[in-house]
Amino acid sequence: MGTTIVRFELSGRDVEVLASPLATLQGVLRSQLGHTSVKDGCRQGGCGSCTVLVDGEPMLSCLLPVEDVAGRRVTTLEGVTPAEGLQPVQRAFLEANGYQCGYCTPGMELLACALLEHNPAPSRDEIVEALSGNVCRCTGYTPIVDAIEAAAKARTTTGATARAEAAR
Amino acid sequence: MALLRGTGMAAVNYPTGMNLGGDPTQALVHATTSGSFNVVLSSTDLGQGLKTVVAQIAAEALGVGYDQIVVDTADTDTGPHCMGTFASRGTHRVGNAVKMAALEAREAVLQLASEELEVSVADLVLDGSGNVSVAGSPSKTLGIADLASRAQFQYGRTIAGRGVFMKPRSDVDPETGAMDPDSTQAYACTVAEVEVDTETGVVRVVSIRSAYEVGQQVNPALVQGQIRGGAWMGMSHALYETTEPYYPDRSHSPKDFAEYLMPGAGEVPEIESVVLEIASANGPYGAKGVGEMTANSPIPAIANAIFDATGVRIDHLPIRPEDILRGLDELATEGTREGVA
Amino acid sequence: MTAETNGAMHVVGQSVQRADGVGFVTGRAQYAADLTFPRMLHLKMVRSPLHHARIKGVDLSAAERVPGFVRALTHEDVPHNVYTILGLIGVEPEEEFVLAVDRVRYKGEPIVAILAETEAAAYEAVAAVRLDLEELPAVFDVEEALRADAPVVTHWGNNTFMYEGHECRRVRLGDVETGFAQADHILEGEYRTGPIEHAPIETTGCIAVPEANGRYTVYTNTQAIYFSLDNTSIILQLQANRLRFIGGMVGGGFGGKVDVIVEPLATLGAMKTGRPVRYVYNRQEEMQVSSTRSPEVLRIKDGVMADGTIVARKVTGLMDCGAYSRQTPYAVTKFAANAAGPYRIPNVWIDGYCVYTNRTPTSAMRGFGVTMGSWAVEVQMDKIARQLGIDPWELRFRNAHRNGDTKPHRKIVADATLIETMQAAAALVGHELPAELRAMTSAPRAPQDGGR
Repeated sequence: MGTTIVRFELSGRDVEVLASPLATLQGVLRSQLGHTSVKDGCRQGGCGSCTVLVDGEPMLSCLLPVEDVAGRRVTTLEGVTPAEGLQPVQRAFLEANGYQCGYCTPGMELLACALLEHNPAPSRDEIVEALSGNVCRCTGYTPIVDAIEAAAKARTTTGATARAEAAR
Repeated sequence: MALLRGTGMAAVNYPTGMNLGGDPTQALVHATTSGSFNVVLSSTDLGQGLKTVVAQIAAEALGVGYDQIVVDTADTDTGPHCMGTFASRGTHRVGNAVKMAALEAREAVLQLASEELEVSVADLVLDGSGNVSVAGSPSKTLGIADLASRAQFQYGRTIAGRGVFMKPRSDVDPETGAMDPDSTQAYACTVAEVEVDTETGVVRVVSIRSAYEVGQQVNPALVQGQIRGGAWMGMSHALYETTEPYYPDRSHSPKDFAEYLMPGAGEVPEIESVVLEIASANGPYGAKGVGEMTANSPIPAIANAIFDATGVRIDHLPIRPEDILRGLDELATEGTREGVA
Repeated sequence: MTAETNGAMHVVGQSVQRADGVGFVTGRAQYAADLTFPRMLHLKMVRSPLHHARIKGVDLSAAERVPGFVRALTHEDVPHNVYTILGLIGVEPEEEFVLAVDRVRYKGEPIVAILAETEAAAYEAVAAVRLDLEELPAVFDVEEALRADAPVVTHWGNNTFMYEGHECRRVRLGDVETGFAQADHILEGEYRTGPIEHAPIETTGCIAVPEANGRYTVYTNTQAIYFSLDNTSIILQLQANRLRFIGGMVGGGFGGKVDVIVEPLATLGAMKTGRPVRYVYNRQEEMQVSSTRSPEVLRIKDGVMADGTIVARKVTGLMDCGAYSRQTPYAVTKFAANAAGPYRIPNVWIDGYCVYTNRTPTSAMRGFGVTMGSWAVEVQMDKIARQLGIDPWELRFRNAHRNGDTKPHRKIVADATLIETMQAAAALVGHELPAELRAMTSAPRAPQDGGR
């Protein structure tokens, strides 16, 4: 089995990549498609810095053979970030200092986006549960939880506007 | 089978700067044509916010707003020498170098202002928001951005500064150990509360509450970042992490995050702190270093809290559930829960 | 000089938002390993599988046949094959090799660097290299390493780093034996730690790129770009101004990105191939090969009066530097400067040893030289308080150093605020301090109380 072509939707656009037999979604996103917000922390599914959304669900792209996303919808932080400014989760992370070195941040923010889609008003325990597969070495987690809580509140209060921004 | 609670305290100091000195940092500051300022360094921000801190120090020294400062770092072709970011030296050494450079640039601004306003430099005041005026005559005022721009195009003057900070390298007396190791030191005192499950040996850290004395906070939110991140890492050192779980035997060495244990978001205790600011004699605006100290005081506070809760004294790290259980078994055999050291 | 802005500060002391924050929350921030260059090669390392061995032979023939293999770098290719990390600040001796010559001293020690067109090809070629190793006895226990009959780790025949003719860094103030003799209580404790890894989420790495003007640009996540440049210049015997180091984006440092490990070989690879070379640690390398905090054995013997005054403290610290000392000799000196804690003690004896074993070399980590010393002292203080029936807070207050006191390394205390910090902590947690302790300050002691 040699190199194949895999087609999927990336942040609203149809893309196709060359997939060698061992190619992971993480590898092709970073090296063929230039989506370097997808980080490369361990390649073992242990740190979560490679988290992307596949059909809206968080997945560890370092463990995902790229063939598995054929025909599916993949979202990276590049796809969530608006052309100008920030969307509510990003704004909340910025204002809560929910980051220090930034390496875990894309994964954490995508988790937050997915969580808030399913559960617009999560408790702190639910946020902590959602983060349980992602490692942060700098912040001690509380600022990240605070950021997601603030993002949830902002989402509810600004309602339709926030959802429209996030969907762009 | 019970949940036993206990508290423990610890008090520590931590030195600022590379031990024994000899770790210079230089900085360059210059005005742009639009009247904002560039701070040029080769120092590295590790994510703790060093670039922000030096921008604040530069803005303070120049008398302009934070948004008027751009920090250019970490290119050896443009940035003058910096020893690096470690040993809690960043805010202190880089900050001092930046302050010195900014003050020289400010002097050039004030010189020009004094000529335009026809007063001596000693009669000028800065409002901290980018304006310089004559003391007692607030209407006789000039904007620093305009001054910097005119300096470039009208007067042909540079508005620039150079800064350096170095604690000269000193030696250690080989017999007595007499030495001058640091520029200053910061202090921390932590009280930890733990809850120990006597059936599983698992320690839950309930709270880490601390006082930190840091000279002068340049950015309180970033200091909080170090306090929270440090408390978490200290807790991790005390109870979770090592690359050799059977040290000195090297077997079963963790290879990845699944095997290298660290507390998760669900294990984070309540972290509360108070920050004191008693200016250091030689830090920029009195600042001391803080980034390493915050991980230190929680470790013995947790160890002492475990003893307070259970009577089990463990003198190694990390303290693992099996250590607690073995200790409880030994105490049961000895038949006492008194303060056995 | 012009008046300051009426004494109030405008920016310092404010919680301004980080200007670089937007880059992090949008994912636009570029880390070293995110960069890519045309015709970039990948460097992967052949490492010792044994803890201690003589290298009898290295057979590259099978590796060279792997499709995508470009070339190998061995010790013969390295112009100055000595790793001189502290040589820049005058700390001798030179002892570690960039690429192993005839002996390896820790599991994971680099032997041959493989350059290939792709990462997969590089890993495949690494796996195809045949090593002929003769295993040697290894030592892992730091106390065993100090014994005369222990396997010798270093090439000059000693398992301790020498400090100006002494086997340890010494601090001597007063006379501890006199102090112990006059003390009401003697307390001894022994404290042990294992190694700890920085575990940054971003691994160590760099990309070295040959430029059109004959210089080399190295994009790196080091914590110290000039330190890394200077070391690379020495190792490659390349004039420093032929190198340009660009960095400043670090996905977690904690002291783990100060050892200048990847830049020299990546740059050598760029010099030898004329192509960009990427050398980035994988997570296993970061966990098992990159330096750690040193394991320590700390022994503290205290002479204490009935009222809790510590009159003598003797500290012996064995810091396990692993197979090569890296920055640990420096850390032992820093340890010695701080090992007695922030206390006024008239008689202090500190011996700090930097001991070699056949484990991963240890080096800088957050709190370097002080973290474990502080832990041991503060647990010991708790024991003293318990044994004497003194409140743990009071014990610290009673012994806390103040401005004007003499530290064990004879520097006079300045900027002391331990007392004020403890008062604030007690208030925070609602611990009522007796009036005497609430009234204490760090001001210099009066002459009748032992002040100057």
